[in-house]
Amino acid sequence: MSKSAGFMRALKCRECGREYPLEATHVCEFDFGPLEVVYDYDKIKKSMTKAALAKRPETMWRFRELLPVAEEPTVGTRVGYTPLVKADRLAKWLGVREAWVKNDAVNYPTLSFKDRVVSVALSRAKELGFKTVACASTGNLANSVAANAASAGLDAIVFIPADLEEGKILNSLIYGARVVSIRGHYDEVNRLCAEIAGKYGWAFVNVNMRPYYAEGSKSMAYEVTEQLDWKLPQHTVVPMASGSLLTKIHKGYQELIQLGLAKDTKPTVHGAQATGCSPISVAYKQGMDFFKPVKPDTIAKSLAIGTPADGFYALKVMKETGGASDDVTDQEIREAMSALAECEGIFTETAGGVTVGVAKKLVASGKIPAEDSVVICITGNGLKTLDAVQGHVGKPAEIKPSLREFEQLIESDNKIKSK
Amino acid sequence: MAATIRIPTPLRKLTNEQETAEVESATVGAAIDELEGKFPGIKERLVGEDGEVRRFVNVYVNEEDIRFLKNQDTPLKDGDDVSIIPAIAGG
Ligand SMILES: Cc1ncc(COP(=O)(O)O)c(C=O)c1O
Ligand SMILES: [Zn+2]
Repeated sequence: MSKSAGFMRALKCRECGREYPLEATHVCEFDFGPLEVVYDYDKIKKSMTKAALAKRPETMWRFRELLPVAEEPTVGTRVGYTPLVKADRLAKWLGVREAWVKNDAVNYPTLSFKDRVVSVALSRAKELGFKTVACASTGNLANSVAANAASAGLDAIVFIPADLEEGKILNSLIYGARVVSIRGHYDEVNRLCAEIAGKYGWAFVNVNMRPYYAEGSKSMAYEVTEQLDWKLPQHTVVPMASGSLLTKIHKGYQELIQLGLAKDTKPTVHGAQATGCSPISVAYKQGMDFFKPVKPDTIAKSLAIGTPADGFYALKVMKETGGASDDVTDQEIREAMSALAECEGIFTETAGGVTVGVAKKLVASGKIPAEDSVVICITGNGLKTLDAVQGHVGKPAEIKPSLREFEQLIESDNKIKSK
Repeated sequence: MAATIRIPTPLRKLTNEQETAEVESATVGAAIDELEGKFPGIKERLVGEDGEVRRFVNVYVNEEDIRFLKNQDTPLKDGDDVSIIPAIAGG
């Protein structure tokens, strides 16, 4: 049997280069290195021209040659192509010349970037004949697997840490998925799922399907570049949990260069973490090439991975591109969430607060020069983490339906009086 | 005294598809040597030339990552469960 399928050539170990067939498998048998999809770029170059792209619908699947499915996608066909917003008011707050917000808070259908990776993983899972899909999730992934599996008629089993936000839990249950809540933090959920995945014949999107799943994140890089008229951004700030999104955004930029779709302007990729779970940013700051695992304690629960699978590669990308990494406290996360909301009218979840907060720190420290342009990846929606801002954003002014009371309010209320 | 080691799928070719192995050793490091005696070739998959557990291998004793315990010096006692798990998963 030939190993290739569609534009994919094989799975290949990032460490030793051994090749494997395009099956549901994620690590090399020899060194446990991650398997990655390799493509036939000559074939892609002929098919994915700018002229061809111009005629395609505005979803992430317009870049379908660079996404690991053999046939046309069948799950999540409308995912992606979220707005890239020129954020002048936020730029001022950050202290930088130009800022753009890639707004995956409104990604379809479950309001996070995870719909990108899940549509790829489930489309591929169907190609490989799976009927049941599963995941180990910090919340958003579970939401996306549950919703996309429902629409595809697949059974879903999602595993989450028990202490997740109410919104994230309900957003999985509503789709009829079996939600298994584990008394432990994400790294424990993940370890259990790695053991379960070896025992049951399910498509675990971020375990045995991980080589396909992870590639979905590249679409964010393709979209941003096309939305900037095929210019690569000078700086991109990316939130990191496992570090997969960051490494794949970098890979996406490099592929566009390789295909001649964008000029190599040496894009710099920066990684953002929460101080309460910062194994990667701490390793970066200490100049280490490997992280030390930590036990997470942060309101940014979607980023609370203490043993990040791609931490090693994320550090490498930041080093190679001249990027930097930093982290922000819970208080700074909330302030940054408010800043993005007040400047741009975009309500992001805690992970977005991490990204915006770290962007500000990187500008302040000169890692992102004030005269440069930056793209900020907003990956999730604030309506899912209401608990994090509850009690921190003020209260409505409550009055009787009486003109007198309103006039009294105006007298005493600076927020209205100043208008 | 015996602890149980759970063998991950990528290594089961070396164990004739055996999913678990019993070891008598008193530490994780010694248990890896003991495994090597039973299944030659398994140690080099788990431990690098520097003697450290490989970058992409995570080892757990009773659900806890040995990096939070005493690494390869982590003691083993009767009834302990040792899991060897590829680090590349999740996120
Ligand atoms: C909103 C949000 N942003 C970013 C990430 C980070 O993803 P990665 O594990 O690819 O670093 C996650 C992961 O769950 C997430 O939910
Ligand atoms: Zn390998």
